[in-house]
Amino acid sequence: MSEQKPAQATILQSLNQAFADAMEEDEKVVMLGEDVADPEGGGVTGATKGLSTRFGEHRCRSTPITEQAIVGAAIGASLAGYKPIAEIMLMNFTTVAMDMIFNHAAKLRYMSGGQTNVPIVIRTMTGAGFGTAGQHSDFLEAWFAHAAGLKVVAPSTAEDAYGLMRAAIDDPDPVIFVENMPIYWTPMPAPKKGHRTPIGKARIAAPGDDITIVTYSGMTHRTLGALEAMKAAGVSAEVIDLRSIQPWDQEAVFNSVEKTGRCMTVHEAVKPFGVGAEIAATVAERFHGKLKAPIERVASPFAPVPFAKPLETAFVPDSQRIAETAIRLVKGK
Amino acid sequence: MKNTFTPDGPTQIEIFRRMALLKGNDERSRKVVTAGRLVMPYYSYRGQEVIPAASFVSLTDQDYLCTIYRGIHDMLAKGLPLKDLWAEIAGREPGTCKGKGGPMHLTYPKRGVMVTTGVVGSSMPIANGLAWASQLSKDGRVAVATFGDGASNIGAFHESLNLASVWKLPTIFLCQNNGYGEHTKYEKATSAKQVADRAIGYNMPGVRVNGNDPFEMYSAFREAVERARAGEGPTLIEAMTFRFNGHVFGDNDAYMDPAEKKAAMEADPYPAFRKKLVESGVATEAQLAEIEAKVEADLDEAVNFALEAPFADLKEVMTDVYGDVA
Ligand SMILES: Cc1ncc(C[n+]2csc(CCOP(=O)(O)OP(=O)(O)O)c2C)c(N)n1
Ligand SMILES: [Mg+2]
Repeated sequence: MSEQKPAQATILQSLNQAFADAMEEDEKVVMLGEDVADPEGGGVTGATKGLSTRFGEHRCRSTPITEQAIVGAAIGASLAGYKPIAEIMLMNFTTVAMDMIFNHAAKLRYMSGGQTNVPIVIRTMTGAGFGTAGQHSDFLEAWFAHAAGLKVVAPSTAEDAYGLMRAAIDDPDPVIFVENMPIYWTPMPAPKKGHRTPIGKARIAAPGDDITIVTYSGMTHRTLGALEAMKAAGVSAEVIDLRSIQPWDQEAVFNSVEKTGRCMTVHEAVKPFGVGAEIAATVAERFHGKLKAPIERVASPFAPVPFAKPLETAFVPDSQRIAETAIRLVKGK
Repeated sequence: MKNTFTPDGPTQIEIFRRMALLKGNDERSRKVVTAGRLVMPYYSYRGQEVIPAASFVSLTDQDYLCTIYRGIHDMLAKGLPLKDLWAEIAGREPGTCKGKGGPMHLTYPKRGVMVTTGVVGSSMPIANGLAWASQLSKDGRVAVATFGDGASNIGAFHESLNLASVWKLPTIFLCQNNGYGEHTKYEKATSAKQVADRAIGYNMPGVRVNGNDPFEMYSAFREAVERARAGEGPTLIEAMTFRFNGHVFGDNDAYMDPAEKKAAMEADPYPAFRKKLVESGVATEAQLAEIEAKVEADLDEAVNFALEAPFADLKEVMTDVYGDVA
């Protein structure tokens, strides 16, 4: 038995802890979504287990299947001083609530001249890997990052799942909280109670000298998984886990690219008009003429997520593709 | 149908005062736009004044309102001050929203005007959230969502009625049925014989009332308020009315039967109620004339104030996108 081993927790457990701590500290924190209360199972993945039993079903309330009404109710309650956490089970289902999210949550502060604000968290899970195909696996963060008034975060660790959730609940504006299913159950170092990960601050997941790899969410783990192959080829990569997508930490990325002179991005969302494109353009504006290699984007191909296992596996960037791209950019071949 | 509640004399006069304010404001808005003194999209509510005037006398400043682009009558009846309104629709700095919302997005939480949406149907899901907050806080506030007949065909309406019903929310769904959604007649767009019938499917009371009759409107709305405050849940009210100036000001009425419009305008509820107040002895002619004169004077002041007010500093373009993180 290794007594020294630091406490471990999964992202799911850390989220559950974040909800419980926030609801304990502030009675204005309330939760709503499909099946979130304990009689309905405490969430389809158990993320909200125990909350309705502990805080009452009025504060952790299961809803009908009614995404537009869920987000609308969160917005309305927030206008009256509550801090609702709305669960939209899967990211693809945010599309049926897009009017509430984009036209209302994002814009009410601005359109009211600052008289009102919408401090809500919309948490939603996604990611390929479970054979859920075209309507249950998409990463749509770029849609939301394109909307002035929204913030978008996508943690890759248990600590940041907790810390970003607490920061998102504290935040005075609507935050889209993207959870990646395949990394839900991985044990990782556990968060400390009360920890906050500031929105807009990246994390250096691995230091390096030859190339800056900017990534987030589950792809952080695949990028870290590519480091060994890179090392074997004599490439030292600095991996930046953005954690926040809107706003994103330009300073951290610039500091790194200043040092490495090379940049690539990795995300699971499709490539065209994606977050990688925004980062690549911003880095190019800043470092024009000073880069040692073109900026490359590793991303999913421009197609819906396929069902069949081999196709689905080929669809999502893997560590091998990430390593090959980085090595080619550094070694020229 | 016998009315459950009847407004007393002072309340009738208050309803008239609000109607006079709304009618005067609409006429002034069209005049100012026509004269080219102000450029804005304008959705005239002339003809629909009775609905908010007779309804909102039963609300307090703390009760919530979510209204729509055709909603300036709702806001004024809820107490949004004229000067703040005019400065906003003129896009000026002292406007409710510093000129950043404009006529389709006026907001004034001090009088419970929480959201004005330009998206058909979207007042309703948010009103539910405000009602949920009241339910959580047990503060007795009600939330009113106003919307048109056309909006009863959009998903947001159905999701909202369902949620309000299963959660027993203190939401009042106030449909202002003016017979048209843009240029499309009610019958061509709406499967239900009446919008109120849709309440049955959501297990809540649904009533159709003559939205041009202040007594019927007052009674139906007050019943809904009492139900909501007593924790008995939501109500759908369909108030029948007509818009005298088409969909958006400047419309031509080619899609409308001229006889239908003529008949509606001849049945204008404003002079009818005015006459009734005098004939029943509730008010004197002089009293009502004084109310109308006051409206005109207030409008003079508000319009002049607004059109002379400065626009906001250009830094406002990038202000209020996000708040400060503590
Ligand atoms: C979702 C959406 N679709 C279309 C429009 C364009 N539009 C604006 S008002 C309107 C008619 C709405 O009719 P109704 O609900 O009856 O309200 P009224 O204008 O008659 O008061 C339409 C189609 C819109 N604003 N929002
Ligand atoms: Mg209509």
